[in-house]
Formats: sequence, C-alpha cells, structure tokens
Amino acid sequence: MRIRRATAVAALIVLGAAVGLGVYTFAYAKGWSYLTNDPKACANCHVMTEQYEGWLKGSHRSVAVCNDCHVPRDPAGKYYTKARNGFWHSFYFTTQSFHEPIRATPGSRKVTEAACRHCHAGIVQAMGTPAHAGSAEISCIRCHGSVGHMELSATSVATDSR
Amino acid sequence: MAESHPGARRRPRGPILVIGGVATIAAAAITALLVNIFERKQEAKNPFFRVVELTDETTDPAVWGKNFPLQYDAYLRTLDQKRTRYGGSEALPKAPTEADPRSVVAQERLDEDPRLKTMWAGYPFSVDFRKKRGHAYMLEDQTYTQRVQDFKQPGTCIHCHASVYVAYKKAGGGDLIKGFEVFNRMPYAEARKSFTHPIACIDCHDPETMALRVTRPGFLEGIRALKASQGVKDYDVNTMATRQEMRSYVCGQCHVEYYFKGDEKRLTYPWAKGLRVDEIADYYDEIGYKDWIHADTGAPLLKAQHPEFEMWNQGIHARSGVACADCHMPYTRVGALKISDHDVRSPLLNINNACQTCHKWPEEELLARAEEIQERTVSLRNRAMDALMALIADIKAAREAGVSDAELETARRAQRRGQFYVDFVESENSNGFHAPQEAVRILGEAIDLFRQGQVSLRPLKAGPAPGARVRGG
Repeated sequence: MRIRRATAVAALIVLGAAVGLGVYTFAYAKGWSYLTNDPKACANCHVMTEQYEGWLKGSHRSVAVCNDCHVPRDPAGKYYTKARNGFWHSFYFTTQSFHEPIRATPGSRKVTEAACRHCHAGIVQAMGTPAHAGSAEISCIRCHGSVGHMELSATSVATDSR
Repeated sequence: MAESHPGARRRPRGPILVIGGVATIAAAAITALLVNIFERKQEAKNPFFRVVELTDETTDPAVWGKNFPLQYDAYLRTLDQKRTRYGGSEALPKAPTEADPRSVVAQERLDEDPRLKTMWAGYPFSVDFRKKRGHAYMLEDQTYTQRVQDFKQPGTCIHCHASVYVAYKKAGGGDLIKGFEVFNRMPYAEARKSFTHPIACIDCHDPETMALRVTRPGFLEGIRALKASQGVKDYDVNTMATRQEMRSYVCGQCHVEYYFKGDEKRLTYPWAKGLRVDEIADYYDEIGYKDWIHADTGAPLLKAQHPEFEMWNQGIHARSGVACADCHMPYTRVGALKISDHDVRSPLLNINNACQTCHKWPEEELLARAEEIQERTVSLRNRAMDALMALIADIKAAREAGVSDAELETARRAQRRGQFYVDFVESENSNGFHAPQEAVRILGEAIDLFRQGQVSLRPLKAGPAPGARVRGG
C-alpha cells in the first residue's frame, strides 16, 4: 500500500513537472502567438525574418497577412494547416535539418494558389478559358512568386542609399 | 488477500508507472526543447560580443575573429582547395626548396596549355603561371612565384596581395595615398618586409561600425576616374556609394585590370574611358602604353589581369543589381543568425545559398546552366588561342624573311589588340559566366582581328586585301 502511494506521488510530481515545464516552454516560446493572425509570430524563430521583411516592403502588406495566403480560409482547414505546419516547422528548425533557401511544399503552394484565386477572382474569371481553369501548368505563383514577399536580397536593398 | 485478489496490487500500479515514465520522458524532452529555444533566442539577441577593442590599426584578422568568430571561421576556410569543372585549384604536392618553401601548390597553367607560353613569350608570365588559390594564399603565392623570384618587380604588387591599409598609412605618416606612393617606388622584396597578412578584415570593414569601406588607393582613384568619365565629379566611393554597390566595390578593389603608370610605378586602373575591353584597349593605345615587346613578333603588347569587376559589369547580374557578395559571399544561416559567408568561393560550390535564393530550380539544373556557359566560352577561347598562334607564327616567319617593320605594323596591331582581348577572357576568373555574351563577343572580335592580321601579311599582289584594316589602331 505504501509503495503504491509513494509511486503515485512520484508519478504526480513528475507529471506536474512535465506539465509545468510544458506550460512555461509554451509561454516562453510565445506559443499563444501562433493562434493569432499577427505576421510577427511567423518570424518568432528568425528563420522567416527575410520573408517577414520582404512582406513589409511588398505590395500585399496592406491587404494580406501571412495567414491570408498561407493557410486555407475554412476554419477546419485553417487550424489543421496551422497545427501541421507548426509541428513540422518546429521539428525541422529544432533539428536544424531543412533545405536552404526555404521552399514551399507542394501542399503549401496549393493553399497559396487558392488564396490568389479567391481574392483575385475577378481577373481569374476573366482569364477563365478552359485551358487556364484548374490547369496544373498555369498557376499564379509560377510567375508572381515574389508578390507576397520579395526575398531577393539584391532588389530589397538595391534602392536603399545609406 | 493476495490470493483472493491476484491482480489487485498490480492493476492500479501499472498505469501509474506508465504515467510516471511518460511524464519523465516528456519532462526531459520539454526541457531539451526549452534549452534549444533559449539558445536560439540568445543567438538572435546577440549578433556579436565585443570582447576586444578593434582600432583602425588592428590588422591581424585573428583579433577581429574574437569578436566575430563565425565570420572568421569561414574566412579561414579559404585555405580549402577545391575544383569546379573549369575553375578552382587542386592541391598538388610539391617538394619544398629554399627559394620556394611551399609544399602544396595549384596546377601550372603553362603545362596545361603550352600555347600560353607562346602568347606571353618574352614576359614573366611565360615562365610561371598557376591557377589561383583562395584568399588565404594570396601573399604566399605572390612571394614565391617565379615571376617575382626571378624578375625585378615593383613594390606596387603588394597593393592587392596583402593587408596593406595600416602599413600604407604608417608609411605615409597617416596619409594612405602617400604611403601607397612610398611602396610603389620600392623594389618588391623590400616592400614585402612590411606586410604579414593576406587580405584581412580591416581591408573591407570599418573597425568601429563594421560598415564596408574601400581602403585600397588603386580603386579609390580608379572609380573616381570612371565616374568622372560619366560626368560625376570628385567621386568619393566611401561616402557616395550605396550599401549594395559597396558589396561589389570592396571586391573591385583588386579583381580588376590594372597597369603601373610611369616611372613611379603608380598602380592605375585604366577606366578613364569606361570598363569595356575595347574602352580599356583604346585607353592604352591613346597613352601609348605597353607591358612588353613580344619575343617572336616584336609587337608591343598588353597583359590583361583578372578583370572580374569589369566583366561582371557587362553582365545581366550586374544589371539586375546583384553584387559580387550576393553570389560569392551569400547569406548563410548559423542557428538563428544570418551572416554573410566569409568563405569567399565559387558559387558553383554553394549553389543553394548562392543561386537558389533567386533561381528556384534544382541544383543540378543550375549547375548545368552555368557549366554550359563555361563550356561554350572555353571552347571558343581555345579557337581564339589557335587563331592567335597562327598569327604569331605568320608574323614571326615574315619577320625572319626580312619583312620591314612598317609592313608588319598592321599585323602587330592586330596581335596587340586581339591578344589583349583573348587574355581578358582567359585571365578573367569566371570562364565567361560573369557576362556570357560579352565574353563571346570579345573572343569573336579577337578571332576577327587575328584574321585581319594574317590577311595583312599576304603578298600584296592585287592591292590591299579586303577587310585588312585594324579597328582602333
């Protein structure tokens, strides 16, 4: 009986420590910020700083934030994508194993492509010949890949005179 | 009790143990994660620690390296000898001698392509010309090349093969340009004693702010002459250039065409008419400059020197605002930090950081594109070399047959200009990549010049041969 109680107490202590550490780590890593819409959250771990700064200088900054183009619009898809990307981004950043420069996955490209077509529905419809509609070959971001955030170090600083 | 409830003790205890075990592992993992996040945050918070004071007299890069260990580590890696398909250097073992204690050298280009010996006959380059190695070797390789060991060279040469800023300023009593003039006039061996480091941090960085700055007088004066030709008066590169321009200009301090002007051997970049090969050749013609007289043909010739800055200026990357550092020192991530890679090297050895930031294609595709450009340039360069060999042989034969200097004039002028053109591509360190069309244009025009030179040597029976007129002569 005694042993059992002692085991339970030990397990509870460890459990409490784990939960406490988890809560602290979550807060320390600004975990709540990932539930918001604030683009700053995406640059929390500094890997996306370039994209964030590019967005600040880009034409889309006044009409769209990261989430508008990089997570789907429907709530279920939105939080599923946030959770999935959040997990994998953290995993790869923590283990420091990812391709550089960073690349969008095919799934992420799809999400962004859909976002372009949603907001720019008017022009997309005007172009809506059978060849264009739903074609895998013809995509907005194939040519307009840098409208969201210019990542070209050269073009982003070429105009600044010190 | 134990008999009547056989599993009573074990059943409740099992889950508790599992919960305890899982919680232990979770606590350990979360702690590891926490520490990792903490480390990354610290990295991002403190881009550098000032552990030593740097002054405008700190030449030793190891001292700067205490404040900037990441940049310094990468800088030290320029010791690596690596090949690309057409460029780079191989580490070849060599028996050290008293005159040349190097135990490792790069390939001897004169053995790889003996035509170079004919091209430079009568000039030190025909004796020793090896592939370039990394920045770390610049001073050592200059000190021990036979071009310096076996020939009298001026102290001017040190300008681009050592960290000269502090020594120049000291020699000039605080005046950089005066110090530059002092060393230009010295013999190389004497000047060499005042320098210990190859290119160092202080040559490109302000020790206070780390901002880029130009410290080499050759470029300060050269870019001023170029800007004057474009209508900009009294150009001061250190106050008037943009940050992005500086990311090319600091490299252009040395990776350029140059000559030694007058008896004081003043290092001069021939840019007063522009940066294109024909503008540079025109400039040399106008001032009547020659590097040497060719041993076989008697032509007054020019030696082109690594004109990377000039060639890059004619290419699409320069036009798009891409600086030298964007491809040769691309941003690289170290933990949560982003720094520019101070292991200055061929972008082909670092395609993801150097190219893929802008060109979203697989590495193999980008490498294939670059190598195709280089393959075409090298193959046309070989044809131009053959054409040059033919012209040299013809002039030599005509000379031996007693043809007068006046009659050789056109052919010699063709050799002077055409050979400078070929050398401009040959000595340029990108095998055409910096400006593919320009490189091919230069080689094409060179081949035409050699053709004109050969035509001018034909027996003049039916009047002058058509097209036997040398442009720019």
